[in-house]
Amino acid sequence: MKKVLALALAVCLALTVCSAFAEEVTLKIAHIGPLTGGAALYGVATSRGAQIAVEEINAAGGKFRIELIDEDDQHVPEISKNAYQEAKNQGAQMIVGTTTSDPCIAVGEDAFVDRVFMLTPSASSVKVTAGKDNVYQMCFTDPAQGETAANYIADKALGTKIAVITNVSDPYSTGIRDAFLDTAEARGLEIVSETEFNEGDADFTVQVNDAKNAGADLVFLPIYYGPASMIIQTAKNIGFEPAFFGVDGMDGILAIPEFDVSLAEGVMLLCPFAASSPDERTQKFVSAYQAKFNDTPIQFAADSYDCVYALVAAADAAGITDGMSAAECCDKLIAAMQQLEFTGLTGTSTWDASGAVTKLPKVYKIENGAYVEQ
Amino acid sequence: MKTKAKKWFGRYWIYFVVVGFWIVCEVLMQQNALSPVIRNQLIPICCWVTMAVSLNLVVGISGELSLGHAGFMSLGAFTGLIAAGWLQHAAQMESPLARLVLAMLAGGLIAGIFGFLIGIPVLRLRGDYLAIVTLAFGEIINSLIINLYVNLDQGTLYFKFLKGRGLPGIPLLAGAQGPDNITKIALIPAGFVLVILTLIVANNLVRSRTGRAIMATRDNRIAAESVGINVTKYKMTAFVTAAVLAGMAGAMYGLFMSTATKPTLFRYTKSIDILVFVVMGGLGSLSGSVISAALLTILPEQLRFLKDYRMLIYAVVLILMMLVSNNPLIRGWMKGIREKFFRRNKQTPAAEARPDDGKGGGRS
Repeated sequence: MKKVLALALAVCLALTVCSAFAEEVTLKIAHIGPLTGGAALYGVATSRGAQIAVEEINAAGGKFRIELIDEDDQHVPEISKNAYQEAKNQGAQMIVGTTTSDPCIAVGEDAFVDRVFMLTPSASSVKVTAGKDNVYQMCFTDPAQGETAANYIADKALGTKIAVITNVSDPYSTGIRDAFLDTAEARGLEIVSETEFNEGDADFTVQVNDAKNAGADLVFLPIYYGPASMIIQTAKNIGFEPAFFGVDGMDGILAIPEFDVSLAEGVMLLCPFAASSPDERTQKFVSAYQAKFNDTPIQFAADSYDCVYALVAAADAAGITDGMSAAECCDKLIAAMQQLEFTGLTGTSTWDASGAVTKLPKVYKIENGAYVEQ
Repeated sequence: MKTKAKKWFGRYWIYFVVVGFWIVCEVLMQQNALSPVIRNQLIPICCWVTMAVSLNLVVGISGELSLGHAGFMSLGAFTGLIAAGWLQHAAQMESPLARLVLAMLAGGLIAGIFGFLIGIPVLRLRGDYLAIVTLAFGEIINSLIINLYVNLDQGTLYFKFLKGRGLPGIPLLAGAQGPDNITKIALIPAGFVLVILTLIVANNLVRSRTGRAIMATRDNRIAAESVGINVTKYKMTAFVTAAVLAGMAGAMYGLFMSTATKPTLFRYTKSIDILVFVVMGGLGSLSGSVISAALLTILPEQLRFLKDYRMLIYAVVLILMMLVSNNPLIRGWMKGIREKFFRRNKQTPAAEARPDDGKGGGRS
């Protein structure tokens, strides 16, 4: 009798222990991005976005408990590789990152060899995923943005004579431009002016005059908001009033202190996220972010927030159990990601085997100093 | 006999340190006991050591402040990448070692040619003017490469500026988007061989008749000219040698980073990082450059436990190290130790005696 009782007790104990393990799975997720240096704005945003998501998931107390490892890469590929090794040392099972493209290309190569799964919030170069089955993107690739922009302009007949101004020292800008020009050609859009500038240039008279003299009625700006604001200002100064069409780098133009926001009226841009959106989840995220960091989140933060949730959803679908190695997680996550349909702040996303994301692009128009979704 | 051995050791100890470090790393790697962070850093460390030693030839030995040294590394990196891409796709060369060696030779050659061309106007200047002009040349190299598009089609390389659209074949270098279709080569032994080769070249140059002439132009330009030394020629020798070595280090670094290599990695801030290695190790002290470049590359990674304060603490450590290594008390103490161990013959004009004067290589 005693023996039976002891056995029953032991079985009970074993079961509770097992069920306790089955209930809670700890995921070690590493975020890698530039927390210092010239690109810190983006890395800090992705880090904070991930922190908010992790706090929410842990507070909700579901199946997964997340430990976040945060490593700085200074936007330098060599240092990013070290940050990755350090994260692996600390037992990271999967990676949200890296934030910027060049480091992501370098880290992706190492992670491909080691079999570690990566989901990058914002590294948008095609080389990030090329030839690697373990790297997935939450953002559009640069060529995808160029294609989308050209198709949108052609579909809505926004312009007939198009000027393009590119930052030649920025791979993001030239990547979008090349795809835009290819698609524009295929769709029969007429490109009347192609001009370039370099990072740090502060005078755009030549470029804007070239567009004006060519009779452009739409200026496509595959560049960041800083130079874009100066181009819009220059156009105003010389009395040139085309339509302006930007990409997600244009997001932030309304927050430039010395820029007259009224000049941006009517500017259109592709952007995955707007903090002013009335969407309930977005507002919840924005208020949590403001409460914690006293700052309004930019799209990088939203991308990274989505990355953490998408990883958890994929981990759930893949049946990841506690203490699985990074390599085991990697193979399961790769299979799960391709089946996943994930709805987050930046829209509903699906992924194919290449790692590139498919989601509906959002186009905003600036009206009365605010983004209005088109 | 004994003092001779000590003198010999005093001259060659850095080779033992480098080879010893190499052997320790190889053994630890065999046992899988080497920290992956360090293992991952070995090739960059070798590249930065080479950069520091070669810059020391210009700044410490020849006494000219160059702020464009990373530009030569950039030239070497992209020449090496294109050469390796050509060898890989057009010449179908299988062996990574052969590709790496040829790429490094190509990188060194192109960097050397540019070093010579840049040296012609630059070395006629002195002091601060020279520093600013080298800085400008570094930036010119950066803007040239960022706008350069190179494609490979059936063994022929096609070059174009500003736009790559319309070039035939596969892209090897696509302007700001960087290199493409080039396989990474990471050969740790090659890195150590490069460091040893650099040290041999640099030490032999310094201890030769040419080296004495270079140092004479540094110490007193007018006196050197008055005894018939062709100042520009000797300064050029140091400058071009440094450029060739930097080009070789660049090719190795470029192939280690492969498609993540960008010209923006080699801007003037990088040149200043290398200058920090040189000043830290002591102007004119080649072995000092080796140690400080290695230490200052490893240090920030080992400070990762400090999280947000990492770069702050790194800067403070840097300041402290500079202060300590320049403290006359500590310098005297170090000198005492060195004399005790190596018992340097006072009549031997050792090349490494310069840092002891507290000022380093003065700019004439």
